[in-house]
Amino acid sequence: MFDYNFHWRPVLKSLPDLLEASLVTLQVAVLSMIIGIVIGLFLSVLKLKARGPLKWFATCWIELARNTPALFQLFFFGFGLGALGIHLTPFFIVLAGLSFNNAGYLAENFRGGFNAIPETQLKAARSLGMTLWHAYTRILVPQVLRIVYYPMTNQFVWAVLMSSLGMLVGFRELSGETQFFASKTYRIFEYFAAAAIIYYIMVKLILFISKLLATRLFRY
Amino acid sequence: MIQIDNLQKYFGQLHVLRGIDLQVKKGEVLSVIGASGSGKSTLLYCINGLEQIQGGTITVDGVEVHDKGTDLNKLRQSMGMVFQQWNSFPHLTAIENVALAPKIVKKKSKSEAIEIAKKQLVHVGLEEKLNVYPSELSGGQQQRLAIARALAMDPQYMLFDEATSALDPELVGEVLETMRLLAEEGMTMICVTHEMGFARDVSDRVAFFNDGVIEEIDTAENIFENPKSELTQKFLSKVR
Repeated sequence: MFDYNFHWRPVLKSLPDLLEASLVTLQVAVLSMIIGIVIGLFLSVLKLKARGPLKWFATCWIELARNTPALFQLFFFGFGLGALGIHLTPFFIVLAGLSFNNAGYLAENFRGGFNAIPETQLKAARSLGMTLWHAYTRILVPQVLRIVYYPMTNQFVWAVLMSSLGMLVGFRELSGETQFFASKTYRIFEYFAAAAIIYYIMVKLILFISKLLATRLFRY
Repeated sequence: MIQIDNLQKYFGQLHVLRGIDLQVKKGEVLSVIGASGSGKSTLLYCINGLEQIQGGTITVDGVEVHDKGTDLNKLRQSMGMVFQQWNSFPHLTAIENVALAPKIVKKKSKSEAIEIAKKQLVHVGLEEKLNVYPSELSGGQQQRLAIARALAMDPQYMLFDEATSALDPELVGEVLETMRLLAEEGMTMICVTHEMGFARDVSDRVAFFNDGVIEEIDTAENIFENPKSELTQKFLSKVR
């Protein structure tokens, strides 16, 4: 058959470290989603409503985020900014890269969400004397978030998985940590198999929790 | 008082309102009738500043609506608007729908806003639907909810934009009943409507719109019994 002997003991020994690193993964993914949602909402509104430079700014962001490899986006915040003398820590490189990417993708989802809401909702809100800000934050955005809830969940899963690119800029999230132990012990297959399982469980948990949350949040 | 002088409104090349002069006094109920596309709804949108105008003036209680210095958000609080598509906010319960604007626009406390909302929902006969989402309400109930929501801002005027024309026939009655109630309470109302019975029974005056101008405006009785304009006669003979 094949002459590879599995050695799982080192993996088991460093399991606590891997789990700790997976929390780092979750942390950066969650933060990048929060930032991505906020920026994405602004981008989608700019693309829908603004004219001139602001619209261009939003369009460029969305185009770049969606049509270039996520890895390159990460490298931009790492090596690109580094070349300009701005040195971010690995955590912030990954956070910035993922947030940039999330914002671009989510902006397009949000745009679809805004378009799905009848225009008269905005008129109704304004007719009650609400400011534009209130009309958006209290009436339109809650409905948009409801409409794009599941695409948003997808993006969150994507952010968790994409954060593994962090290991290429020296970030010790789950993949970085896995790589570290793998090259220390040469049990490359075992470590990455274990990491894959942890990723799988994380994603399944996220999907499960988002489903639970949906039944709590959306009663209408 | 709402005072409109020589109002001009264009949508691009299309001249929608061609010199409207109109006065609505406190406590008056004015019905606006006319064919679809004659500019009736646009007039309402102009009155509360949801649409820009290209000429003339609209003055509400001495405040010029389209003046640059006018605080539209404040002005709109004095004018409730009810739309053809009822536009209840689907993510809020009935009582939240009504309480939201008093809370965030008028800065009422939460309990005050809830009190106001309750009162207005009782007013329109929805006291049993306080915690229900709009998706569980019928069209007629949603429209009454929209009326309660507008009333919660304690407006001086109510603008109705074909409030019943998107409703199933059997639901029209309950909404008209609510509007009738408001009229009896002395609310100043402008009702764009296709309900001739309502226009005739409830309004003090009726304006017949044709192609962007007021073809004829008179008391309800005169318009329906004794219309002077040939166009009014023709229109009424078709809808009766």
